[in-house]
Amino acid sequence: MFDSRELSHKVAIVGAAETDTVGVLPNHSVLQLHAESAFNALHDAGLTLDEVDGIATAGVSPAALTEYLGIMPRWVDGTAVGGGSFLMHVGHAVAAIAAGYADVVLVTHGESGRSRVGAAGPGRTDSTPGGQFDAPFGTFGPPTMFSVPIAAHMARYGTTEEHLAAVSVATRQWAERNPRAMMRAPITIEDVLASRLIAWPLRLLNCCLVTDGGGALVLVSEARARDFPKPPVWVLGRGEAVQHTNISQMWDFTEWTAAARHTGPEAFRMAGLDHSAIDHLMLYDAFSHTPIYAMEALGFVKPGEGGPWFAEMRSAPGGTLPVNTNGGGLSYTHTGMYGMFAIQEAVRQLRGEAAAQVNGIQTSLVHAPGGMFSATATLILGNQ
Amino acid sequence: MTTPARPLPTPTPETREYWDGLKRHELRIQRCRACHRAYFYPRPFCPYPGCHSQDVEWFTASGRGNLASYVIVHRGHPAFATPYVIAVVEMTEGGRMMTNLAGIDDPTPAALPVGAEVQIDFEDVNDALTLPSWRLVQAGG
Repeated sequence: MFDSRELSHKVAIVGAAETDTVGVLPNHSVLQLHAESAFNALHDAGLTLDEVDGIATAGVSPAALTEYLGIMPRWVDGTAVGGGSFLMHVGHAVAAIAAGYADVVLVTHGESGRSRVGAAGPGRTDSTPGGQFDAPFGTFGPPTMFSVPIAAHMARYGTTEEHLAAVSVATRQWAERNPRAMMRAPITIEDVLASRLIAWPLRLLNCCLVTDGGGALVLVSEARARDFPKPPVWVLGRGEAVQHTNISQMWDFTEWTAAARHTGPEAFRMAGLDHSAIDHLMLYDAFSHTPIYAMEALGFVKPGEGGPWFAEMRSAPGGTLPVNTNGGGLSYTHTGMYGMFAIQEAVRQLRGEAAAQVNGIQTSLVHAPGGMFSATATLILGNQ
Repeated sequence: MTTPARPLPTPTPETREYWDGLKRHELRIQRCRACHRAYFYPRPFCPYPGCHSQDVEWFTASGRGNLASYVIVHRGHPAFATPYVIAVVEMTEGGRMMTNLAGIDDPTPAALPVGAEVQIDFEDVNDALTLPSWRLVQAGG
């Protein structure tokens, strides 16, 4: 049997960048958002497209991307399970590079979530399980589906609308410090609670943005990782799991089982670290409740204590454990599959080049769902 | 622009018995003959971890259950009048299904406690299709 611990600190992110701007980009197609991200990340690493021999992406097919870029990689990963796919790609790339399947892996994301330029439309779904058993009841995008478990969490643990609002407020405080963030005006708990209802208990300010943008990463082995312009950001641990696709089939509405059972423990074990060693968190915030579920499932707080933890503003600037320091999907940007941007911010923080830099950090844990708590991925990154 | 129609299901061979049952106003679901638990949605094997037996049978369920969780939708599908409730019901025999809650004009969280007892209604959409909807069991009802 192989042991994932042998792959900790063996592969590093040596190139990382987003599109020149994020937000509203009506002059970029989906594929061009991928390409601009790729060129920017390769430039960051001092590499060229011709040196890329492995590629991973989601949202578009890897074949479509290689055609557009004009490359023929010898390793490919098209894992596409939603916003957390890119965290999985990083984990897969570690194994692929260690196995010699590829030497330079490029992971790209691009999504015209707001402008819908060059984006494919939805296909026919009426005979799928979701089409038969969920859609007839008026599901209408993630706000009406991702939100379904929250009432059960509130009933079991006493989580409140004020707790949910606190996540939005703390995250906005980070966005105030990030000039690239879309939403930077300060907000209060009262502002969140006064914003219009979308799907109770979610209000407008509990919901992520819908934007255009992209990001890309370049990964290489330890043998070359120190030979690039930027200091390496090491992949210390990873974990992934998949469970359901339709929210009605989530195993337990009151906990993020896949994170508690698999992705958290596996990432910590591979990294050889415990919670006290984590300096910074990026917890994919599609909605205000997602970080609450993540904090509990990953074991940073006990089940049911996630809401009160955020309400104490512990995640905000000046708090005890910084979370979503770019402003998150709630206030920075959210193209649809935000996981790439969570990784990008972790890399910036570990390089010391973030807009709202946290001083002295050595580790960052990045955690994301795909779909509606459907897939789950965790990464632990470090700069030592 | 015309208003998008309510999405309607197209059965597959594995789910036909369920949809045919609804047309007769019967809740036909499946249970495992090995672990004796009911499950939803239909498929010809037990989906529960630790079992996965392929020895399963159809039966007519009681149509009783509990409210597992829900949202009150204020910005939703154009074919639906807001606010409406998307709920997930835990059926008494086992298995969870998404549904709408019927018989509530002005849904509020206070009126919809998680865990509340619910029972099935049948909503005849057209000659070929009946959808399940569920409603709260009134106290003493």
